Amino acid sequence: MTKLITTLLAAFLYAGTAMAASTNVLLAQSEANVSDEASLQRGASLYFNYCAGCHSIKYMRYTRIASDLNLSEDQLMNNLVFTGAKPGDLVTAAMPESSADWFGAAPPDLSLTARSRGSDWIYSYLKAFYVDPSRPLGWNNTVFPAASMPNVLWDRQGIQTLATHGDEGGHGMRLEDQFELAVEGTRTAAQFTQDARDITNFLTYVGEPAALQREKYGIWVFFYLLLLTGLLYVLKHEYWRDVH
Amino acid sequence: MAEQPADPGRRRFLTATTAVVGGVGVAFAAVPFLSAWQPSARAIAAGAPVVVDISKLEVGAQQIIKWRKRPVWVIRRTPELLETLPGQDERLQDPNSEEVDQQPEYAQNEYRSIRPEVLVLVGSCTHLGCSPKYRPDVQPEPWDENWQGGFFCPCHNSRFDMAGRVYNGSPAPTNLVVPPYRFVDDNTIIIGEDPEQEVA
Amino acid sequence: MAGERTSTATGILGWFDQRLPVVDFWNKHVGQYYAPKNFNFWYYFGSLALLMLVNQIVTGIWLTMHYKPTEAEAFASVEYIMRDVPWGWLIRYMHSTGASFFFAVVYLHMFRALIYGSYQKPRELIWVLGMFIFLALMAEGFLGYVLPWGQMSFWGAQVIVSLFGAIPWIGPDLVIWIQGDFLPSDATLNRFFALHVIAMPLAILLLVVLHLAALHEVGSNNPDGVDIKKVKDASGKPLDGIPFHPYYTVKDMFGAGVLLCLFAAVIFFEPTFGGQFLEHDNFIEANPMVTPEQIKPVWYYTPYYAMLRAVPDKLMGVVVMGAATMIFFLLPWLDRSPVRSIRYRGPLTKAAISLFVISFLVLAVLGSRSGGGIAETWLARVCTFIYFSFFILMPIYTKMDRVKPVPERVTMHD
Repeated sequence: MTKLITTLLAAFLYAGTAMAASTNVLLAQSEANVSDEASLQRGASLYFNYCAGCHSIKYMRYTRIASDLNLSEDQLMNNLVFTGAKPGDLVTAAMPESSADWFGAAPPDLSLTARSRGSDWIYSYLKAFYVDPSRPLGWNNTVFPAASMPNVLWDRQGIQTLATHGDEGGHGMRLEDQFELAVEGTRTAAQFTQDARDITNFLTYVGEPAALQREKYGIWVFFYLLLLTGLLYVLKHEYWRDVH
Repeated sequence: MAEQPADPGRRRFLTATTAVVGGVGVAFAAVPFLSAWQPSARAIAAGAPVVVDISKLEVGAQQIIKWRKRPVWVIRRTPELLETLPGQDERLQDPNSEEVDQQPEYAQNEYRSIRPEVLVLVGSCTHLGCSPKYRPDVQPEPWDENWQGGFFCPCHNSRFDMAGRVYNGSPAPTNLVVPPYRFVDDNTIIIGEDPEQEVA
Repeated sequence: MAGERTSTATGILGWFDQRLPVVDFWNKHVGQYYAPKNFNFWYYFGSLALLMLVNQIVTGIWLTMHYKPTEAEAFASVEYIMRDVPWGWLIRYMHSTGASFFFAVVYLHMFRALIYGSYQKPRELIWVLGMFIFLALMAEGFLGYVLPWGQMSFWGAQVIVSLFGAIPWIGPDLVIWIQGDFLPSDATLNRFFALHVIAMPLAILLLVVLHLAALHEVGSNNPDGVDIKKVKDASGKPLDGIPFHPYYTVKDMFGAGVLLCLFAAVIFFEPTFGGQFLEHDNFIEANPMVTPEQIKPVWYYTPYYAMLRAVPDKLMGVVVMGAATMIFFLLPWLDRSPVRSIRYRGPLTKAAISLFVISFLVLAVLGSRSGGGIAETWLARVCTFIYFSFFILMPIYTKMDRVKPVPERVTMHD
C-alpha cells in the first residue's frame, strides 16, 4: 500500500513536467551550462554587441554580471557597455523607448526569457531565422513565426532559406533539417552553434543569477543534512531500544 | 519497557553530538536571514561614489551633496578661517585627529582635508546623527562668546570647529567624519572613492 | 493562600511554574503525553506539517521585508529579492518550495487519517478542525500565489475570483467587491497581501492550536485503530503507550531530517521542480490583455480544478468543486464501520479507498493538462463520479463489509 501510493505520487508529480514544454516545433537542445564561465563571458560579449542595443535585461546589474563572470568592472564597462551607464546600474537597452515601434512591437526585456520560455527555446529561436520577403523586415522565424525581429546575427550565421520539404513551416521537423544556407556567414556552422549556445547560456544565467551560488552551497547543505539525519537515525534507534 | 536505558553513556554521547551538529546547522541557517538585512545590491548601487563639480563653489560657501543617503558638505574655507585652526588646540577634544579614526589617512592633518581650503565632511553629528548648522562667522554666539567659526548642532548643542573637530564640553564624543574622496581635477571631486594609489 | 498550586519544580523554573503552568503544560502535551508505540511511516506527517508551517511563517516574514504589494512594483520586487537582496533567492525558494511541500505533507497526513479511521469517534472534532486548516491552507496558498503578480498569478486570481460570480443574484457584484476594482488590480493585490500575511496565518495558527488541543484531549489513534487507554498498568499509564518525549521527539526529528534532505534537494537543485512549483508563465509580468496559452493552477489544486472543468455549467461546476472539498467534513458520520484501521477492514472498503485514491490522482493529472479533449473530459467526469461515490456510498459499503477481528493490544511491525 505504502509503496503503491508513493510510486503514484512520484509519477504524478513528474507527469506535468514532460508536458510543460509542448509546442508544435521541435526545439533543439541548448545544452546550456551556467557553470561554463568562458561560455558565459563570450555570451555576455555577444549579448552586449548584438542584443543590448534593443533588449534590456532590466533586473540585472552590471556589477553583478562582472563579479559573477569573473570580469573586472572596467573590463565590462569599457569594452562592452556603450550607454554611459554606471557599474551599479540596471542593464537598460541603448535604444530609446520612443523608437520601439521601428519593429512594430517593443523589443521585450530578456531578464526572464530563459525562465518563461526555456533555454532550448532561445537557442532554437536564434538558429531559426530565414529570409521571407513577405515579412516587413524580410526575415521570419520557424520557432516564433512572424516575429518582428530581424536576424541580427546574419553576418555571423549567413543567410538561411527555408528548405523545400513540401511541409511549410517545418512542423515537427528537426531544427537543422528546416533550413538551407544560401549565403555563408563569417562563422562556420559549428562556430555559430557555439555563438548561439553562448548567448543562450548567458541569458540562462541572467534568468537566475543565483543558480551559480545555489548549486555551490547546495552540495554542502545536502551533505550536512544527510549527516544530521544519519545521526538522528542513530539517536532514534538508541532511544527506541527501550520500546522494542 | 525498561526504565533505565541499556547504556546511559552512549545515549548521552549521541544526544550531545546530535545537539552540537544540529546547533551548528541552526547557526548556519541563521546566516542568510541575518544577511538579508544588509544593504541590498540596489542600496549599494544607490550609495555609489558621487561626482561633485565644485567650480561654482564660492570661497566661504557650503555645498551639500547626498552620498549614501547622508548629507556630505563641501566647503571652500577662506584663508581667515584656515588661520583659526591651529590656535584652538586646548579647547578641542582631539585636535590632532588621533584618538578615533574619523578620517582616511590622507585627511589626517591639521586641516583634515586633502587640499587645505577644500573641506569635505559627512554632515552627521557624531552624537546622535542630527545634521549640524554651518556657522562660519567669527563672532560671539549664544553658545560661545569666542566663536571662531564652525558647526553647531541644534539638537544637543555639539560644537565643531572649521575642520569638524569637536570642542570640549560637547555631547558629541568624536570629530565629524571625513568620507573617502579624491580630486579628479581642480574642480571635480569624487566622494566615496579613495585617491588612486601611487605605484612606487 | 487558597487555591495556590504547589509546584514540584524549583529555582527559576519553579518561580515561573507557580505563576504559569509550564510544567503541567509540558507534561500534558509532551513529557507525559502517551502516544501509541506502534506509529508507522504515515504518522510522521503531522509534525512535518508543523515544521513546514514554521518554515512558511519565518521565510514569509522575511519576504515581507522586501516585497512591495502594488501592481506597479510587485513583480519587480520579487526579482529584486531574487537578485539584489543578500540570500533573498534562498528565502524565496524556501517559501515557494515550502508551499508545495506543505501541501504534499498535508495530503499525506489526510490520507493517513483516511486509511486508519482517525476521524472516527471520538476524534470527529480533530478531523473537522483539520479540514478547516486544509481549507484555510488552500485559501492561503491561493492568496500567496497571486502576490508575485506574474501572468499565472493574475489569471489565476481572475479565474478563482470569477468562481464567486457563479453565485446567483449577488455573484457579479461580489466579484467586484472582492477585487475592489473591475479586474484583479492594485486594490486586489493589496488586500490579498494583507490576508496572506496576517489574517490567514492567524486563523491557521489558531486552528492548529485547537487541532492539537483536541488531539491531546482524546489521544492519538494508531495503525491498528486500537484504543490504548483500555489497557493500563498499575500507575494508570497505557501499556501500549510511550511518552511523546523522548521517543516521538527523536523519531519526529529523524523524520524532519529526511524531509529537509528532500526539501534542500529541491531548493538547491530544482527549485521550480520542472515548472510545477514555480510555473514558467509566472516569470512573465501580469498582463490583463493577454491570457497565457495554458492556464492551470499549481499542482495541489489540480484535482478540484479538473472537476470544475468537467462540468459544463458555470454554477454547477463551482458547486461540484465546492462540494468536493466540503464533503470531507462529513467523513466521521459517513463511516459506519465498527473498526477503524484499514488493516481490519474488508475488501469493499479497501477497494473503495483504492478507487478513490486513483481517481484523485487521475484528476490531479488531468487538472494540470491543458484539457479540452473529449476523452479527457469524460475521464474527469468518471473520476469525479467515483470521488463522490466514495463518500455517498460509504454508509452502505462500510456497513456491509466483512471486518477482521481487532486485537486487544497494538501490533508492532518493525
